[in-house]
Parts: sequence; C-alpha cells; structure tokens
Amino acid sequence: MAQAAIELIGINKSFGAVRANRDINLEIVRGTIHGIVGENGAGKSTLMSILYGFYQADSGEIRVGGQPASIKSPNDAIALGIGMVHQHFMLVDNFTVLENVILGAESDALLKKSIAKARSELERLEREYGLEVDPDAIIEELPVGLQQRVEILKALYRGAEILILDEPTGVLTPAEADHLFRILKQLKEQGKTILLITHKLREIMAITDTVSVMRQGTMVATRETKKTTVEELAELMVGRRVLLRVEKGEAEAGGVKLAVKNLTVKDSRGVTMVDDISFDVRAGEIVGIAGVAGNGQSEMLEAISGIRRAVSGSVMLDGKPIDLTGAADPGELRDRGLAHVPEDRHHVGLVLAFEENENSILGYHDDPRYLKGPFLNIDAIRDDAKDRIAKYDIRPADCRLKTANFSGGNQQKIVLAREMEQDPGVLIVGQPTRGVDVGAIEFIHKRLIAMRDQGKAVLVVSVELDEIRSLSDRILVMFAGRIVGERGPEATEGELGLLMAGVERQEAAE
Amino acid sequence: MSTPYAKLPAWADYGLIPVINLAVAFVVAGFVVLLVGENPFRAAAVLVEGAFGRGQGIAFTLFYATTFIFSGLSVAVAAHCGLFNIGGEGQGYIAGLGIGIVCLAFDSVLPWWLTFPLAIIAAAAMGALWALIPAYLQAKRGSHIVITTIMFNFIAASVMVYALVGFLKPANSMAPQTRTFLDGAQLPKLNWVIELFGAKIRSAPFNISFLLALAMAFLVWVLIWRTKLGYEMRTYGHSPKAARYAGISETRIIIVAMMISGALAGMMALNPTMGDQHNVALEFVSGAGFVGIAVALMGRLHPVGIVLAAILFGMLYQGGAELAFEMPAISRDMIVIIQGLVILFAGALEHMFRPYVQALFASFSPRSVGMEAIKGKGA
Repeated sequence: MAQAAIELIGINKSFGAVRANRDINLEIVRGTIHGIVGENGAGKSTLMSILYGFYQADSGEIRVGGQPASIKSPNDAIALGIGMVHQHFMLVDNFTVLENVILGAESDALLKKSIAKARSELERLEREYGLEVDPDAIIEELPVGLQQRVEILKALYRGAEILILDEPTGVLTPAEADHLFRILKQLKEQGKTILLITHKLREIMAITDTVSVMRQGTMVATRETKKTTVEELAELMVGRRVLLRVEKGEAEAGGVKLAVKNLTVKDSRGVTMVDDISFDVRAGEIVGIAGVAGNGQSEMLEAISGIRRAVSGSVMLDGKPIDLTGAADPGELRDRGLAHVPEDRHHVGLVLAFEENENSILGYHDDPRYLKGPFLNIDAIRDDAKDRIAKYDIRPADCRLKTANFSGGNQQKIVLAREMEQDPGVLIVGQPTRGVDVGAIEFIHKRLIAMRDQGKAVLVVSVELDEIRSLSDRILVMFAGRIVGERGPEATEGELGLLMAGVERQEAAE
Repeated sequence: MSTPYAKLPAWADYGLIPVINLAVAFVVAGFVVLLVGENPFRAAAVLVEGAFGRGQGIAFTLFYATTFIFSGLSVAVAAHCGLFNIGGEGQGYIAGLGIGIVCLAFDSVLPWWLTFPLAIIAAAAMGALWALIPAYLQAKRGSHIVITTIMFNFIAASVMVYALVGFLKPANSMAPQTRTFLDGAQLPKLNWVIELFGAKIRSAPFNISFLLALAMAFLVWVLIWRTKLGYEMRTYGHSPKAARYAGISETRIIIVAMMISGALAGMMALNPTMGDQHNVALEFVSGAGFVGIAVALMGRLHPVGIVLAAILFGMLYQGGAELAFEMPAISRDMIVIIQGLVILFAGALEHMFRPYVQALFASFSPRSVGMEAIKGKGA
C-alpha cells in the first residue's frame, strides 16, 4: 500500500469572514505527482501557504509522513522536507547560482567555507536529477527556465522530499515547460513527491498521477488523472459546463484601422525591446500576438497606447498618422478612437484604492459628460458606472465599493466595460484574462468577439497560447522584439511554440 | 490569490483606531511623567484643564489649532498627490515676507478687511512660489521632493534673517523684526464667540484667521473629492502609472499640487503675524510646519480629521504650557516629549494596532467586517 507523504485533515482557514479553506481533506501519496486545480480565489494558494507555514490553519491537522506536524513558519516546513518553488522567483538577481542556493542556509560564519561545501553538494544534486546549471552563472543572465531550475535546486539543497510548485509554467515557453515536466518525472522516479498548483488543465493531464479540484474554498473532487477528462475537470472547477473554446463565425475583415509602422522601443536601461516591427489590424478582425512574456510585447503595447515613448515609429489610426517618438499622449490616442486595456490592471488600468465609479472614468475624466466646469459630475459618473455594472454583470453590483475588493475577473470587467463603452474604433488588449476565473474568461472572450463583429479592430496580446489560438483571426508571433511569423488560427501549438522559442521559420515549417 | 484583508467599519477606522493610538501615547507619556517624579493623573488633569478648562485656555487652544489646520491641510494636499511636502515650515516662513511687505505698505491706508485679502494672496503666492522650485526639480529632474523641501526650509530661514535684519526692520531698531502693524493690519479677535458661552477671557490671540482655516478645510475637501484636478491628483498619488495611462501630465500635476500645498502652508503665517504678534519676527513659525505632518497623518489626510487633530495638537501646546507652569518638574522639553509620543503613535505607528483590532472585530462579528458579501458572490 502506498504511503501518504502528506495528509491534510479538516483544514479550515478564514480571513475575516472569508472562508478561504473549508474543511479540506487531502492525502498525497509518496512518490507521485499530485495536481491541484481551481479557479483564482478557490483557495489553492491559501492551502499551500498553510502547508508551507506562511499561514496557520484555524483548525485541522497536517501530517507529514504519518506524523502530526506543526508548521509555524517556512523554516518548520523546510525542516520537515517540504520545499516550495514560487510563481515569482525568490532569487537575488545579481548573485550567482551557488550564492542563491546557499542563501539562508549558510553553514559557516565565513562565506568562503560555506560556498566550498555547497559546491560539491550542488554538483551532486545537479548530476543526480539532471538539473544542469553553471553554479557560477549570475542569475539575471540566465533564461527564465534555468532560473526556475535554480529554485528547484534550492529546495533540494535544503533536503526537500516534497516539492510544491505554484503555477510553474506561467513564464515558460512550451519547450521549457516540457523540459520542466521531464525534470519533475525524474524527481518522481527518485522518490520525491510533487504537488503541482496550476490552472492549466492540459498540464495536469500531461504530467500528474492524481488531481484534486478546489472550488470556493472546498476540495470538490480528487480523481485519478487517467480516469478523468479536461471537460470533467473544467466542470468541477466552475461548477457548471464551460465552453473551453469560444464559438465564433468567420471574420469579415474590412479596411485597415490600425497600422503600426517601423516601431522600435527601448526599455529604461536602453535595451532594444521592440525592433522595427510593422503590422496592420483591419476592421472586423482580431489579431493575436503570441510570445513568451518578456519578448517586447509589453513595451510594444505601451508604445502604441502612448504610455511609453518609442525610439522610432508611428501608428496610423483611421489613415491619420500619429508619431510615437514625441511626447505621445495617451489622451490624444484615446480621443482618436484607440482604447487600451493594459496588461497590468492593478497598477495601470485601475486605481485599486478608488471606488468602482471613480475607476469607470479613468482616462475619460476630461469628457464633458462627467464634468460640470472644473467639478466632477458625481451623479453622471455614478449613473454611468451603474449602467455598466448591469451590462457587464460586474459583481458585487455596488459602484461605491473600493475596487480592491472586487475579484480579479470583475476588476478586468470594470476595465473592459470602460474601454468598450467608449465605442472605440480600435481596441488593444493586453493579457485579457490574466488572473481571471474561468467563468469570466468566457464572458470576456465573447465580448471581444462581439467587438470584432461590430467591425472594430481588435489587437490581443497574451502569453496564453490557448487564448490566442481560440480568439485570433490572425496570429503574429513575437520573439526578441521582432515579429517572427504570421499564422492563421489553425496553426498547431507545436508550430507556434517553435516560433515563440525563436526557432527559424524554415525549421518550424518542417 | 492575494491575501484578503478584513475591512473595518468606518467608525472604527476613523474613530476607534486614532483613539487607541492616542490612549497608548498618553499611557507611555504617563510613564515618562512618573519617571520625573510627578503624578501622571494630576499632570493629565492639568493639561486638559489648561487647554479646555477656562475660556482663556480654549481661545489659546483654537489659536494654535488655526496654524496647525493650515499646515496639516498643506501636507494632506501634497500627500493625496503622492508627494511628501515637508517644506511647510519654510513655505510658511517665507510667506511672512509677503505678509510683512503687504502689511507695512497698506496698514496705514486700508482697513483690515482690505489688507487681509491682500495679505492672504501675498502669503499664498509666496508659499506657492517656494514650493514651485522643489516641485519643478522633482517633476523635471527627479530630485527627491523630501530632500529639496528640507533644503528650502534652511534657505527660507536664511532669507528671512536677511530680510528681517535688513529692509523689513525699522531703521533705528535693534530687534530683527518689523515694526508693529497698525490697526489696518490687525485681525479682529474671535474671543467674543467663546464669551457668548459665558466664559471670561482676559486676552487671547484667537482671531478671524480661524474661519479662513475652516473655509480652506472645506475647499480642500471640494478640491480633492469633487474636482477634476483633485481626481487627477489622487490618481497620480495612488499610481503614477495609472495616471500616465489616463493621460495625466506628471509635470503639471506635481507642480500644481505642490503649489496648492505651498499656498496653504503660506497661509499659516497669517495667524501668528496679523492675528497675534502684529509684526513679522524671527522664527515666528516655530515648528508649526512640522507639526502639520503629524496633524495630517493623524487626521487621515481628511479635512475633518485634520481640523480635529489640529485642535488636539492645539490642546497639547496650550495645555502643555500650563503644565510647565503648574508642575515645575515637567519642563517645556517634557511637553515636547509628550507631543513626540503622540506623533509617534498616531502618525508613524498608525497601523500598529490595526491588525489586532481587525482580528477582534472578525472574531466578534464576522459580518461587520463586510467581506463575505464581497468575496462570496464573485463571478
């Protein structure tokens, strides 16, 4: 009989009146890969934080290797052999791999001795698990996939027998993700236990042995992966049937609405992030930009929307050119009919401390509709906000509530409602469904397609390849600041994956 | 998933927490009093009695509060725009120059009600101008406003010494101050208002600039929460990136906010000069600009809170003076320690007790923290 590595019994955790975890029971078998899926806010991260000692459960018991365990801090968790690879890496960028690995686990007061001891141990681990990284490489010079390996090595170095990975593939190319899965399988063969937190069902199906589904703080089901399907898991997650692919008709593309010409953008350090790209978006079509995060998509969006100054380039909006190299003003582009849903709704698209209605005019606060002379027309603002809350089913339906208190999906709807209701000619959207729950994803996708069908030009940038493939009428792939390929929506994932990884076109076609 | 945090009902947020902070400050201050061998309860009684016990005390408390309202509003306006203006001291001091010139020029020809508006404009203009340079440097050059405004406090002090030992001083006087203003630049007292309630006041400098302070508190509320400019300032204050996205000019909003802040700081000079001393003297601001920081923090950057916090600090000033008089072991410096403790607990450690209060509320009445309705229904 397989032995349980971890047992969670009757775990409860509340934040104020929110019951983030209710009576969770979970058994994780030693030497398996166990997936936990659930929508944002389902309580996955809370549960893992309890297991790793960031929070303490209000009630319930944790057993590690059959023994009741008290985990009051990450140090306790590490002592029990639990390691965590965070979604956002906890690495010191300007340290070497070796220095990062020993950080906080230095064995000696003098660094030199610790490093010497650690080096041989690290090399042994790298050999044993096939996790090759140069111990003397500087972190910031490593690609993301290797940085993640360093995180795994850190956990193993501390003697982890149980590894928790929180959304590990969010920042990886499909190829890097495959490599990660191979590593995880190897770790499993060596007897390690792996807990994989994700919202990507495809990954669950590909790699896990067992999968547990969380919904609204409860553990709704545990299935053997071989005996379940993506559809069943999606239904369990949401609690109703979901359309995983958006249904849409053929695009009826018209004339060019948005033309980006010779756009080059540098970041604040002077590194060229967008390298002389040009493309068109026509009326009535959705153009999707695929690519691994950090290949210039963010800078491109910021430049097109006037937030970031470009080194060269212009946009044509309805045939009229606007230079992006000067002090392009987002307000001017907005007036010309370009609406922008930014990637980062928490810091750019919304002011979280504002009431909902205050956010519903952000960027349009110059509009005479919302003003009486220099004063805000509070009634008009709130009326408009209430209309949109009804139309976009934003919950809770309270325009005076602080924006921070809405869920991710509802926050995104607030931004989308604001931008779409201006009836813009061109809509550019960055990461339309990042951090948005499955139910809201469906709603947002339908709205974007409705915009397209009204004859708007829609540009979508997303790191979710599935999203790009299901929404777009044309797909452009960005790699290292350039557009390296254009494909139709029928392009396979493998084909796009190769383009995203920067493999030459000829090879990709083979 | 982000960590959800419990909200508190407004009365606890704006009432209970400041009261707890204040109580702790007084308890610690009580120990300090004990340490110098005095009875803390008697000291507290003397302090409150001194500030509110008699009409005289009330008038002085409100006189001090007037200055603190202006300086607190000044800090708050900048803070809503994400700027930490700690140059209120210098902006108020340099405003004395404008007031001095206006009063010396017009006090013999105009009645007070004409000199006063001119002096308000002069004070506001000088304060705004003094804030403009650090604001410009922040907006265009990225020079940190905290550093530049501090430096400008020193520059203002030097400029005022130069002016007061030079052209502002009467030719044959030895004192570094202007001549006494004539009736045309003396603000009417408001002591009669307190006397309406039956109190007796011998003489106190409580004057009409208190009403100006209240009017400014109202106007600041309108500005921040009811105008487009205030909306832009708050947007920039919460998130410069969101402001950029919304097409709000960073340069413009920083400069405008700082000039308004500086103008309010400048107006605080009216009270001690035209309202009390009837001259402009060396160091007449005497730290009120810095007290404004504590007042603004304690008042949670809201004009109503600022008025209340300003009265509290007025009480500490007035009651503290009485205390130093009544209890010789408690020197003037002890009063500064007590004020410092209030600033520490109410300002700097504002959120120290918040988690405990939240936990308490959550355990007693989960509904009062109002989260279930919000999270449970999320789409």
